[in-house]
Amino acid sequence: MSGVRADYVRPLDIKHGRVDLSHGAGGRAMAQLVEQLFAAAFHNEWLAQRNDQALLPRPEGRIVMSTDCHVVSPLFFPGGDIGCLSVHGTINDVAMAGARPLYLAAGFILEEGFALADLKRIVDSMAGAACEAGVPIVTGDTKVVEAGKGDGVFITTTGVGVVPSGITISGDRARPGDRIVLSGTVGDHGMAVMSQRESLAFGTDLRSDTAALHGLVAAMIDAVPEVRVLRDPTRGGLATTLNEIAAQSGVGMVIEEAAVPVQRQVQAACEFLGLDPLYVANEGKLVAIVPADRAERLLQTMRAHPLGRQAAPIGEVIEDAHHFVQMRTRFGGKRNVDWLAGDQLPRIC
Amino acid sequence: MKYIDEFRDGRLAGQLAAAIAAEVDPGRSYNLMEFCGGHTHAISRYGVADLLPPVVRMVHGPGCPVCVLPIGRVDLGVALALEHRVVLCTYGDCLRVPASNGLSLLKAKARGGDVRMVYSPADALKVAQAEPGREVVFFAIGFETTTPPTALVIQQAARLGLKNFSVVCNHVLTPAAITNILESPEVRRLGTLPLDGFIGPAHVSTIIGSRPYEFFAEEYRKPVVIAGFEPLDVMQAILMLVRQINEGRAEVENEFTRAVTRDGNLKAQALVSEVFELRRSFEWRGLGVVPYSALRIREAYRAFDAESRFGLQAKTVADNKACECGAILRGVKHPRDCKVFGTVCTPENPIGSCMVSSEGACAAYYSYGRFREIPVVAV
Repeated sequence: MSGVRADYVRPLDIKHGRVDLSHGAGGRAMAQLVEQLFAAAFHNEWLAQRNDQALLPRPEGRIVMSTDCHVVSPLFFPGGDIGCLSVHGTINDVAMAGARPLYLAAGFILEEGFALADLKRIVDSMAGAACEAGVPIVTGDTKVVEAGKGDGVFITTTGVGVVPSGITISGDRARPGDRIVLSGTVGDHGMAVMSQRESLAFGTDLRSDTAALHGLVAAMIDAVPEVRVLRDPTRGGLATTLNEIAAQSGVGMVIEEAAVPVQRQVQAACEFLGLDPLYVANEGKLVAIVPADRAERLLQTMRAHPLGRQAAPIGEVIEDAHHFVQMRTRFGGKRNVDWLAGDQLPRIC
Repeated sequence: MKYIDEFRDGRLAGQLAAAIAAEVDPGRSYNLMEFCGGHTHAISRYGVADLLPPVVRMVHGPGCPVCVLPIGRVDLGVALALEHRVVLCTYGDCLRVPASNGLSLLKAKARGGDVRMVYSPADALKVAQAEPGREVVFFAIGFETTTPPTALVIQQAARLGLKNFSVVCNHVLTPAAITNILESPEVRRLGTLPLDGFIGPAHVSTIIGSRPYEFFAEEYRKPVVIAGFEPLDVMQAILMLVRQINEGRAEVENEFTRAVTRDGNLKAQALVSEVFELRRSFEWRGLGVVPYSALRIREAYRAFDAESRFGLQAKTVADNKACECGAILRGVKHPRDCKVFGTVCTPENPIGSCMVSSEGACAAYYSYGRFREIPVVAV
């Protein structure tokens, strides 16, 4: 046993401290931040090795990889924060290939002056989300930018997962006659974030729907391995997601306005802000496209899962060389549901 | 949702559609102009046209605030942001309106201009209070509906003695635009724009009341039905117009009685005339220079007039040659008549202003209705 006493290091003042440029400079201050904040929260065998990379066993099956940057403002919103959002977002992107997510990596861009207490809240929230999802954060990086050159914190997460054999899910597989199924209400996340905007704050008990969907996906493909397309309608909302799939698959779609579940508060908030819930972001919902004869089985499976209780069939895939997504309105008419033009809501995920 | 869903009820819509179909004379046509972009939007978004018999033709009017904003006025905003380095606050719709040199306020922002989207002029006033070291300009647009809030913040700024707040006033007047259309050669002489009646503005009329339209009904023998912006309001107004036309009446009727009175909001009118006065003339996109069609800030509030404060002079800048926004705003052409519609002019990359706002005829048509022109291949 060595008789050398460890150097005294003043513990990180998480309560009152703030991020400064030394936290990104590669020296002791950075090592301390990583040690006391990130590694302490995310602790797992890979991080414990203290390497710049995680050495992982080779998984069986086809590997899926996805990355997602998060720049939400405000950082904390009802139902979540940028931390859990960054974990859910990437897990969901991986899961939409039908994959089981295995590992996450996280990159942080911190702004000088950002309160360490807020950073800890965010990191703890990430750790909680990762733990709950059973997907460890195995490697990461931190950089600090000068005050005014960031917005508190930006987080990028990358995820790796494996697709079970016999499953092929891709945005180009929708076929005329297929059914379109939605896992629940639309617009909750976007409107929850919007309700906290300084310039616009409105009182509501609305909460973000941010959630990891891989459990729901696993149940779905277990019951109905014929699922053709899965996608989570995040930025741009349901409308944009359907247009993406229609273009990718070279098909058209017709959806029923009355069949798309929208919470009353979301409808009301959209009404007075002049927004369309079909274009508002979600962080815990998915769209599935499935052969018509398997739709009922899929719906039953989804409704039996806590994240799919309000699952609903919203329309069908049709042949259309123009790849239009049309909607039969509650009013009795028909209209196009186009791509989102411009930006309905800035910085929501 | 209460008070909203009642006005979007599909069953009632079906009944109204049946009533309209029973009422129309299939031997003639009914050319009805909805003046407001709000109506254009409702018609497209809810698919109202699908419920109308073919003899009822809706003609889109110029009542879309950002659509009628000429390039020269947008250029003023761009110059304020980029040359005068002010904090330029404006409504979201305004940001993407094309300006000269391929710019827009959004593009000016990307070039370092401090352009901020606000939901209300009161937010712009707050910015001025929070940042006393910066010049803050509110780029005000809109018809009579958005004018009182602008008047209010100018009064508040005066009361607070704010030295760093001013307004570019682009507020325009509905009756002047309707007169311009009714006096246009297409309506008066050439007959290329048949107009049998108007759906009158909803929100504008809450301020100015229904009285100003009586002149059009009487002088030009055109029926006017003031209608709310919900799709059932529009359907009801169409039924009322069809009945007037069939009976040879030309009256002002009010479908929107839940919000509009004959005299309008007198308090708001007083506020507006306290702060604003008529401009001798104002350039509109599409309609050209229209006499007494817009407002400017009165002498007493000149300190808050960004045009005089920064010595701004709006120039007339011609629209893109291929752009048919002018004719579309006058109701003379349909978006599909425009060569650049849906090709080089799209909501992502608008050439003309009608493609910018969701209230613009081209954007509404592009986003909601273009599948009608290109029939879907049957399954």
